Amino acid sequence: MAYAYLDNSATTMTDPEAVKAMLPYFTESYGNPSSLHSFGTEAREAVEKARAQVARLVGAKPGEIVFTSGGTESDNLALRGAAGAGKPGANRIVTSNVEHPAVLETCKSLEARGARTDYLRIDRDGFVSPVDAARIVSERTAIVSVMLANNEIGTIQPVQEVAVECRARARNALVHTDAVQAAGKIPVDVERLGVDLLSLASHKFHGPKGVGALFVREGVRLSPAMTGGGHEKGLRSGTENVPGIVGMGKAAEIARENLGEDAARMTRLRDRLIDGLLPVEETFLNGSREKRLPNNANLRFLGIEGESLVLLLDGEGVAASTGSACSSKKLQASHVLLALGIPEWQAHGSLRLTLSRFTTDEEVSRAVDATKGAVSRLRAMSPVWKKIKAGEPVIGVKGGGHEHV
Amino acid sequence: MSMYSDKVMEHFRNPKNMGVMDSPDGVGEVGNPVCGDVMAVYIKVKDGRISDIKFQTFGCVAAVATSSMITELAKGKTLEEAAKLDNKSVSTELGGLPPIKEHCSNLAAEALHAAVKDYLAKRAQTGTRPAH
Repeated sequence: MAYAYLDNSATTMTDPEAVKAMLPYFTESYGNPSSLHSFGTEAREAVEKARAQVARLVGAKPGEIVFTSGGTESDNLALRGAAGAGKPGANRIVTSNVEHPAVLETCKSLEARGARTDYLRIDRDGFVSPVDAARIVSERTAIVSVMLANNEIGTIQPVQEVAVECRARARNALVHTDAVQAAGKIPVDVERLGVDLLSLASHKFHGPKGVGALFVREGVRLSPAMTGGGHEKGLRSGTENVPGIVGMGKAAEIARENLGEDAARMTRLRDRLIDGLLPVEETFLNGSREKRLPNNANLRFLGIEGESLVLLLDGEGVAASTGSACSSKKLQASHVLLALGIPEWQAHGSLRLTLSRFTTDEEVSRAVDATKGAVSRLRAMSPVWKKIKAGEPVIGVKGGGHEHV
Repeated sequence: MSMYSDKVMEHFRNPKNMGVMDSPDGVGEVGNPVCGDVMAVYIKVKDGRISDIKFQTFGCVAAVATSSMITELAKGKTLEEAAKLDNKSVSTELGGLPPIKEHCSNLAAEALHAAVKDYLAKRAQTGTRPAH
C-alpha cells in the first residue's frame, strides 16, 4: 500500500546518500579517530570533514561544532554546561513555556540543585516577546534558552531579537537556541542569530539517529556533559560515533545545498494541506500562519480525539501525530497547545502533519482525503460533536467520576 | 506493533452498536471532554432485558473499543446482569488494555450502569414501565 509519511518532525527517512556515505566507516575505515595509525587517521579526517559540513549549515567555524548523541544531549550540554560554568551567583535560567522537554525537564533538574528558572510566556500566535525577555534577564542570568522553531506548531521565535535584548542587559549570560526543528527548513545562521549555543539533531534533517551537535561559540566555557578521554574539546568524552557523524555531515551538506528549493516546495505542500483541511467545519489552525516552518501543519478538529484520528489515519496509510493527552504517557494535553490558550477539550482534537524534502503531492492529497474521511467518521460517533452541532454547552457533562492520574 | 491488542483495534475500526437511538428508555453519559473522553450509552428495555443498545464516544482508541465491547456484552442481558458487568469484564474480553488506558474500561462500565440507573429512575417516576 502506498503510504504517506507525514510525521517528519518526529523523525525523517535517512537520505540514501547519507547512508551510502556512512557505510565504509562500519567495515572498512572503522578506526578510532584517536588512534595514530592510518585507520585512525582516516576516521579522524572523516569526522573533521563532517564537522565542517555541519558548521557550514549554521554559519559556524568547524572548531565550534561539538558532536553529541542528538538534540536532547545537545540541550542538556548547553544548559547543564552553562549552569556548571557560570559565575558564582549567576544561577538563573530564562526559557519559554513551549520548549521541548529536553530543555524543560533539564531546567527542572537544575532547579532541584538550586537554579531558578523564569519562563517566558507565548502570545496567542505562539511567540515569546523580546520585551519580556529584556524584563527578566539580569546579571544573575546564566543562560537564556529559546527555541528557534517549535516542534509542535512550527512557530519561528524571534531568537535574534531576544539575543540582542539579553546582550544589552546581561553581559555574562549565554544565549542558547534549540534549532533541532529549524535546521534544513529555514536558514539558520549563528552570526545573524547572535547566539552562543545552538542544538542540532541529525535525524530531523535526513541524517541518521543517535547523532547531533552543539554549536559552542569560540571562547564560550561550558562544563562537560561527559568526562573521560577528553574527546570533542573535553566537552563530550567518548569515542566518536564515526559513521553517524559522517551521515550527519552528508545530510547537513545536502540540506544546505537544497534549502531554498526544499523550503519553497515544502511551503507549497504545507499550504495545500492547510487550505485543504481548514474548510472542514469547526477546524482551526494551531499557531501562526505566517511565521511558521515550511513543513508544519497543525490543526484541530472540534469534537474528536487525536489518538483515534492518528490510528484511523494509520489504517488509511497516513502517518501523523497529535497533541492529545490520550496519546501521551501523562494523559495531559500538549503543553504547547495549552500555552496557546486553546481549551483542553479542543487540544485533544489536534493533528500535526509534518513534511520533508521527500514529501510528494500524492502524499498530500492522500492525507487531505483520509483526514476528512476520518474526521467525519469520528464525529459521527462523538457525543461531543452532537452537542456542538446542537449548540449545547460542551463542558459540564453530567457524571464523570474517573480520575486521571 | 500497536500498543493495542488486535481485538481492541478490531472494535475500534468496526465498532458494534455505534450511533444514536431514537427515544431510548435509558441514557447514561459519563466522562469529561476536558480529560478527552465522553461516553454515552442508550438502552431500550423489554421484559427486564436490554433489548437494544447504542453508544456514542468521544475519545481515544481504547475508549471507542471499550464502549463497543460493553454494548456487545450488555445486549440481551437482564438489568441485574448488566449492572454486574464491570471494567474487568470489558478489558478481559478485549484481550487486555495498556495499563494507562484501564480507566477507559471503567468509563464504559460506568456509562452502562448510568443508563440502567436512568431507566430505573424514569420508571420509578412514572410508576409504570415505559411502553416498550
